[in-house]
Amino acid sequence: MKAQKKLFGNGIAIAALSLLFLISACTPTNNGNSGMLNNDAASAVYVAPGEYDEFYGFFSGGFSGQVSVYGLPSGRLLKVIPVFSQDAEKSWGYNEETKPMLNTSFGFIPWDDAHHPELSQTDGETDGRWLFINGNNTPRVARIGLSTFETEEIIEIPNSGGNHSSPFTTENTEYVVAGTRFSVPYPQKDVAISSYEENFKGMLTFIKVDDEGHMNIAFQVLLPAFDYDLAHSGKGKSHGWTFFTTYNTEQSHTLMEVNASQNDKDFIAAINWKKAEEYIAAGKAKNIPGKHYVNRYDEATHTATSTLVNTVPVLTPEDCPGLVYFLPTPKSPHGVDVDPTGEYIIGSGKLSADLTAHSFTNMLSAIENKEFETTIQGVPVLKYDKVIGGVVKKPGLGPLHTEFDDKGNAYTTFFISSNVVKWKVGTWEVLDIVPTYYSVGHLMIPGGDSKKPQGKYMVALNKITKDRYLPTGPEMNHSAQLYDISGDKMKLLLDFPTVGEPHYAQGISADRIVSKSKKFYPIEENQHPFKALGEGQTKVERSGKTVHVYMTSIRSHFAPDNIEGIQVGDDVYIHLTNLEQDFDVPHGLAVQGARNAELLVMPGQTETMLWQPQREGVFPFYCTDFCSALHQEMQGYLRVSPSGSNTPLKWSLGEEEEEL
Amino acid sequence: MLKNRRLPQILMIVAGLLLILLFTKPIWRISLIAPQYPDGVHMYIYVNKLGGKEPGTLQNINILNHYIGMKYIVPDDIPELKYFPYVVGFFIILALLVSFTNNKYAFLIWISLLLISLILAMYDFYLWEYDYGHSLDPNAIMKFEGESFQPPLFGTKQVITFTAKSYPHFGGYMIMLSAFFGTIATYLKFKIKHEQVIS
Repeated sequence: MKAQKKLFGNGIAIAALSLLFLISACTPTNNGNSGMLNNDAASAVYVAPGEYDEFYGFFSGGFSGQVSVYGLPSGRLLKVIPVFSQDAEKSWGYNEETKPMLNTSFGFIPWDDAHHPELSQTDGETDGRWLFINGNNTPRVARIGLSTFETEEIIEIPNSGGNHSSPFTTENTEYVVAGTRFSVPYPQKDVAISSYEENFKGMLTFIKVDDEGHMNIAFQVLLPAFDYDLAHSGKGKSHGWTFFTTYNTEQSHTLMEVNASQNDKDFIAAINWKKAEEYIAAGKAKNIPGKHYVNRYDEATHTATSTLVNTVPVLTPEDCPGLVYFLPTPKSPHGVDVDPTGEYIIGSGKLSADLTAHSFTNMLSAIENKEFETTIQGVPVLKYDKVIGGVVKKPGLGPLHTEFDDKGNAYTTFFISSNVVKWKVGTWEVLDIVPTYYSVGHLMIPGGDSKKPQGKYMVALNKITKDRYLPTGPEMNHSAQLYDISGDKMKLLLDFPTVGEPHYAQGISADRIVSKSKKFYPIEENQHPFKALGEGQTKVERSGKTVHVYMTSIRSHFAPDNIEGIQVGDDVYIHLTNLEQDFDVPHGLAVQGARNAELLVMPGQTETMLWQPQREGVFPFYCTDFCSALHQEMQGYLRVSPSGSNTPLKWSLGEEEEEL
Repeated sequence: MLKNRRLPQILMIVAGLLLILLFTKPIWRISLIAPQYPDGVHMYIYVNKLGGKEPGTLQNINILNHYIGMKYIVPDDIPELKYFPYVVGFFIILALLVSFTNNKYAFLIWISLLLISLILAMYDFYLWEYDYGHSLDPNAIMKFEGESFQPPLFGTKQVITFTAKSYPHFGGYMIMLSAFFGTIATYLKFKIKHEQVIS
């Protein structure tokens, strides 16, 4: 009887199981990760309304040319910071003050490909002062201030093409670097492309960062015409060195996907920048042509200036023994990442299945013992088996990038097999593998490329989205996934779309930034040449065909709000000062027919719109930022008379026919 | 007993010196709190100026007030801010003189004058609040029938969407402490003399 019952019971269980199987077979599965998305994961990323995230995440926008700021772990978008791309929303690159920021030796370039955000560091730890990011296409490096979350400086990199191995700071932000991914003729000239080996060179640039964050090119290093792909600076014991990966050591110039993938080993170039400083002090640098612009935004004048620099100092390995060494690394290494101790230099051979970890200690003794395989254009190539520290065997396919936690573990992305592998530094043992959705490029752990990682979360930054979210036509925003890495196994918590391409990201404890965040600009510190620090200072001035309007805004009116005497063909510069002195009260300005963008002026700031009226008539202008209950009334009129008309120049607010 | 006999004089000096703090610390604080002002807008009333927790506080209060047609608060239009410092200075010097003369009636005059001045000052404060709360611009952007915008003299009050709080601040507590010490000093002065007479 008992046995019968049991059998019967088992029968029910089997029936239920098969029913369950049937149901699950009919339900579309979501890449088999549904088991991960339990309540536990939801509460791990839940940040209650009004509460703050634990970390800031700075995600590059890739081809959007911007940086987007997310709160982690919630994945909430906090802000998009325009860097290399004009941004009509914030008037970045449209108003007169920020146009110089996008100036280059090629002229005004309103876009770039923003790849690697890099936080400034002090003693190898992220310090929350600045965020650097490279522009890949027209080589540039930008610096964003983290009290204002605005781009404060952009420096152009001469003698370079494809600024990809950049910016990657040294441990006290002595330098950020800029290595060329595409070697170009040096000096740049009209030559046959097939003369690549003869005429092309690869240039690595070291940009000095001073205490105010101002960037200047300290020196360039002239190297063979390889493709310098990524970089990281040493830390701790390897402080003083910067490592660059190379591919195309074949020095091909066409059908690169095949021709640049022939050598079993390419190189990691190790640059001893402390040695470079010695050579410069010893007068070994030559000043070479290197026309480039340095564009700086001044927080007091709220205005950028663009300065031309004509030459740069260059060092060549032939003149500077000990400056550069090549470390053979399989195969077309992409990322080069230095572990928190500074001992291991991880080269991810993207066409290889293995990860190569060079030992810094071994490298130094190989240099001392002159263990050279050969020398290429004055650069000694160290013997592979003398520098190798360990190999992680076949954890996946297509390794790209590695970041670290604070427990001696490393996390490497594998693009082709679309996963992240956790492994142990030193034992080279694989501990865990998780899938990503899909084709992960970089990954980010807050502080994960510094001396002090905060190994609580890891974000996978993916290149392909496919079916992850509701479809939005052929183009999908790229996806990112947040994993909990506090335990032995990585655990997927959250999946969220990002702005543009989340090429790389940096994360930092929110408390290193929150207290420094500016609330508004004190108006008494405003030194804009066309400021109006009160309604009593507003005026309109004409000089020939140029009209300057000194205008103010405060809830909820412009002063003046009626302006007459403007003529067709004038260049009208409307300088709007926001008189507000309260947190989060911007005022906007839009003028009908203005062929640029709105202004969006923060409290205490002055911004300028160039308006070139084309037609006679009376044109409205208004505030675009919903500032108060009387926001809609925040409007005014500009009267445009024919060119050469006698309409007197006058301006007023409130009272008819009365000047302010 | 000698120590005790000095005590009223010492207390009177302390009472006077405490008032020096009025030149650096606000006497009163009026706060406006609303959901979109999570930190509140805090106006500080000093003996000689109006200030705020943030540099732009007064401007922000005036921006709020202009919707209901309240007059702009312009410190230069408030004469009290010009002569109150002299009144405070007078009480400080007088306290020292009183202590020096060591006359019990001088003690009584000082504390009486102080308390009368405080009552008058509060009445003056009320008049200003009444004026700001009632002399509204007929062209006000928003009109609220029967609503009073007068902030509370002391305490908390709901003014449309704002919670208005009006309480003494550091300087105000110093005045109270000064009055307290002055009262004790005067009381002891009379009591000690009395005991001495008996003994």
